[in-house]
Amino acid sequence: MESGGDNPDLPAPLDSLDRPRVGVDEWVAQVEQRRERYTGLAGLTYRALAFVPAPARLALFAAFAAALPLWMGRGDLFTYGIFTLLYALLGLGLNVVVGYAGLLDLGYIAFFGFGAYFYAELSSPQYGIHWSAAASIPVVVAATSLLGLVLGISSRRLLGDYLAIVTLFFGQAFVVFVNVGNPTVAGKGLTGGPNGIADIDPLSFFGYELTTRTQQFYFLLLSVVVVLVGLHFLSESRTGRAWRALREDPLAAETMTIPVKRLKLMAFAFGAGIAGFTGCIFASVLTAVTAGNFDLPLLITIYAVVILGGLGSLTGVVLGAIVINVSFQFLAPENPQNNARILFYAIVLLLLVLSLRPRWRLAAVVGGVVGLGLVTRLVDEVLAPSWAGGPVVEGGRLAPAIGDWVVIPAPGHGRFGSFAYVALVVAILILTLVRGSLRTALLVPAVYLAAVVWENSFVEQPAVARWILFGSLLIGLMTVRPQGLLGTPRVEVV
Amino acid sequence: MSDRPLLELRGVDKAFGGLTVVSELDVHVAEGEIVSIIGPNGAGKTTLFNLITGIYRPDAGDIVLDGRSLVGLPPHEITKRGVARTFQMLRLFLNMSVKENLMAVQYGRTRATVVESIFRLPRARREEREVNRVAEEKLAFFGQRLAGYRWEQPAYSLSYANRRRLEIARATATEPRILLLDEPAAGMNPVETHEMTELIGKLRDNAGHTILVIEHDMHVVEGISDRVVALDHGVKIAEGSFDAVATDARVVEAYLGLRQAETK
Repeated sequence: MESGGDNPDLPAPLDSLDRPRVGVDEWVAQVEQRRERYTGLAGLTYRALAFVPAPARLALFAAFAAALPLWMGRGDLFTYGIFTLLYALLGLGLNVVVGYAGLLDLGYIAFFGFGAYFYAELSSPQYGIHWSAAASIPVVVAATSLLGLVLGISSRRLLGDYLAIVTLFFGQAFVVFVNVGNPTVAGKGLTGGPNGIADIDPLSFFGYELTTRTQQFYFLLLSVVVVLVGLHFLSESRTGRAWRALREDPLAAETMTIPVKRLKLMAFAFGAGIAGFTGCIFASVLTAVTAGNFDLPLLITIYAVVILGGLGSLTGVVLGAIVINVSFQFLAPENPQNNARILFYAIVLLLLVLSLRPRWRLAAVVGGVVGLGLVTRLVDEVLAPSWAGGPVVEGGRLAPAIGDWVVIPAPGHGRFGSFAYVALVVAILILTLVRGSLRTALLVPAVYLAAVVWENSFVEQPAVARWILFGSLLIGLMTVRPQGLLGTPRVEVV
Repeated sequence: MSDRPLLELRGVDKAFGGLTVVSELDVHVAEGEIVSIIGPNGAGKTTLFNLITGIYRPDAGDIVLDGRSLVGLPPHEITKRGVARTFQMLRLFLNMSVKENLMAVQYGRTRATVVESIFRLPRARREEREVNRVAEEKLAFFGQRLAGYRWEQPAYSLSYANRRRLEIARATATEPRILLLDEPAAGMNPVETHEMTELIGKLRDNAGHTILVIEHDMHVVEGISDRVVALDHGVKIAEGSFDAVATDARVVEAYLGLRQAETK
């Protein structure tokens, strides 16, 4: 760093016109770094990550992922491994459209669906066509890119909200077409309607079929690595820079030799191609496709992957896919409820740790919640024994502790959980209205109420609890890092 | 300086609805010349730039660069032919690095396809080196102001004056034949304004650019112009040397009003 006299943080004196004040702008430029100087474990992680060069990061990721099948069961490999990689591939394609070119494309999943259905038509008993993947994948990818081009051409004059509406319509039209339209071609429904297309062939290359989960996983891993490397090179090329330039300022880009319309179309086609490719793998791995696979929830999930990871960051997309899929699968209703329970209490505790300063206040609240629980449970036991002693659902080793702490009425008081839920909502509303020490004091019953609601209501409805927890996790992560886990904060100068 | 104009506007008209912004305008700029456009606010100066760069299409007349008409070409094509501009309200690629700003605008000069870029084939690699070299060369022209350590910083982190300089650097990275500068000294302090005056001179003398510049600061206009064109309500009211234009009765009237012009 250039030195400015004795104190390097101060601007150097202006001693002549032709000697610019080196150091002033630099100090201003580093304001973000100073503000974002992470401490402790987080800082160590970020600094370590920044220190590792991109190829090494990729090798690390690939090595870790390649080792997964060695110890994971086949079911886990499917839900955790294969789906994470599918999300990562889809996220990488969406990242080109949204992250690089800045086009809000809400019809993205339709390309994924188109690819999956097209592969299914070419490799299933539906029409008795059984192409090898070596032939069908290039055809499908080309066709999907072409479809992306068509959508891009029809909406090339649209920007922002308008583009979002048109593409969303396209995405929904695809679902309706597949589900209800189902035109009859060669004496058969083209898409199979609500039943979809079943018995899709596995991926096969020159007589070699990928049938086991492990084989499919490795093929996907290879695809992700190849796409990652390709996109990395592309983003550091004239095309990648032109995409980012048109995202920043389309008019300036257009007057600076960049053909904006053509580049937008290229982004659409490129993203669609990756989605179509992913669709092929998806169809072959699941061996069946139905319209429901390509509806809004998946679109939202993929957007969450890209935004959580950090728009425009390749490593971020992969990390986002891991975080989203792993946490979502972890909360699956088939899993023991203790997973969800531990995550629930962990989130509550994390929120308390993040929001309460100084530490003694945190200690007071946590202590207060524990104390309040024990006392309430005791009073309940003495005054209204029938309202106590209900069974703890799937408590595992935690069951005795929870039973002694949370009020759980014996069966027969069915509405208790619902009332507690209403009380919790009211408590949270009041919390947002009051300030200062009153808020801290009110936090104690509110947190306890949350635990009561969890143990009485949500724990019995794992499907609901899954979405609520998943949503809170995303809200929490995005509040902590609004630019995404590995994204750089976008700055507008006013 | 040759006599043949590099850029020539012949009888250019532009109206928005019923409002005539530019009418019957003839302007020419010879190779190696610095021509200033002056005029009060709303005189049609920036519209003139928008017409030349293809953002607007003239209703009538012709705009010719080195014998070839620019009318009807898309803006990116016009820039490729050799017309680069800066904006009055800065339009940098703020969230890209300083150097990337200059690399991005060389899109039109490079040819590598997507496939070549992805696989880093020889042409893509060669062009990448060339793009990098040109960007660094153009930035080096600005000396300490856009010195090496700033190259990797995001453009938004630059000071206002440096953002103006970066806009000029970005325009030069397209290797233009004529440079259009829209109020390069706007919002600068006297020291920076003086520096900008020298810089514009150097852009012509050392870098060999032909320059058409809109400027309000008369010290800058006096310091740089070979010729001055004064506009008012879209009509050319005076043209010639700075001294001739600055004392022209119609120019004084346009700036100060009729009564003051008479009493002068």
